[in-house]
Amino acid sequence: MASIEGGDGGGGHKKGPGVKKAKKLSTRVDMTPMVDLGFLLITFFIFTATLSTPSTLDLNMPKDTNKDEEQTKAKQSGALTIMLGKNNNVYYYEGELAPDGANFKQTTFKGIRDIIINKKKSVIASYTGNAACEDKARKAGKTDIKYECADEDFVVVIKPTEEATYKNTVDILDEMAINNVKRFAMVKIADSERELISATEGGPAPATTPAP
Amino acid sequence: MPSVKLARKSTDTDMTPFVDIAFLLLSFFIMATKFKPPEPVKVETPNSVSSEKLKTENSVLITIDNESKVYVSFGGKTDADKAKITGIITALNSSRNLGLTPQEIANFSSTPIIGVPFAGLKDLLSRPLQEREKIKQPGIPVLDTLNNELIWWIGEAKKAFGGTKLIYLVKGDNVSKYPAFEAVINSLRKNEEFKYFLITGQEGAPAGSELDVMRKSNR
Repeated sequence: MASIEGGDGGGGHKKGPGVKKAKKLSTRVDMTPMVDLGFLLITFFIFTATLSTPSTLDLNMPKDTNKDEEQTKAKQSGALTIMLGKNNNVYYYEGELAPDGANFKQTTFKGIRDIIINKKKSVIASYTGNAACEDKARKAGKTDIKYECADEDFVVVIKPTEEATYKNTVDILDEMAINNVKRFAMVKIADSERELISATEGGPAPATTPAP
Repeated sequence: MPSVKLARKSTDTDMTPFVDIAFLLLSFFIMATKFKPPEPVKVETPNSVSSEKLKTENSVLITIDNESKVYVSFGGKTDADKAKITGIITALNSSRNLGLTPQEIANFSSTPIIGVPFAGLKDLLSRPLQEREKIKQPGIPVLDTLNNELIWWIGEAKKAFGGTKLIYLVKGDNVSKYPAFEAVINSLRKNEEFKYFLITGQEGAPAGSELDVMRKSNR
């Protein structure tokens, strides 16, 4: 095997017979520090890699209008009003708010889904036919006419209070997407509703008061 | 006496393939990594089930931070876009009498995010870039309906981008309060813009929900 003799091997300056052969140095290099560094860099790049690309949630708002014919009509029977309070509290009522606030109820973000689903079911169950909508669906080439129109009267009105956070707002909009609510609106909260919420939040909440 | 000698095997293992793989991975990650652009304002967005991807071309990004302060920034990489962005500030300079110098106007397109009222804009733009990136800004006033300056920003952006359709991105922090978001939406509506994109993280549709069923049946 060809090899290059190291010039400065032990006793390299002595020449002639009896010269000690230059010690063969190992060509192996200790790779441990290099590998250490390599893995350090790998860890760094793995951690800094942007893995989660953000997505976007569409939001379409209606045009502001005072003209009566342009305003969206909603039937009281199919309306569900959801109000967002502070500390992730959710309040809701079906139809119109009773003057004494009897149908004003409190729930959480976990509970609101069932309420939306149940309300939607009851609206679909009480569907008796809507000629205008069915005609429109037929013209649009929809196959399942009843599916397209049965929840036509179902409207969710979202009323966030000043105490609600942006997360609450997005969560409730998300709930609309999750439960396939086709018609929903974001509306400014009324004073009567705000009073009911502050009364609930100010006093002990009925659901959390322990029994004496 | 004959004795059985066990061959002493070296405990050294050949690390070469291991190192090869390590460096292969390293080069992969170096090449595949796209660094996050530095965020002047830290925002933690909520999650949504939406699966639409974020588009940033010709966009106006409205950021709401955790103190409900509102910032605006304009997206554009090409020189033509930069010229349009400069057009926004030139128009605002004359319509709102900001009294900006040409240098301050030129500084505008390199400012990552704007979160000052018009009164403080001159001071912000006169600073060097490094300060502009780091300085804590008070936020654009939006809550007062009579003095909602975001309306002006969006109005001028619309004019400057002319025919191009602008995308309105709203990036809100989890804990920001609703009134700030409402004010942002209202200032967009005042400008006859009714379609927005809320930037969110991603999460799956809850199992068994209507959306989940719909997505599965489409597949």
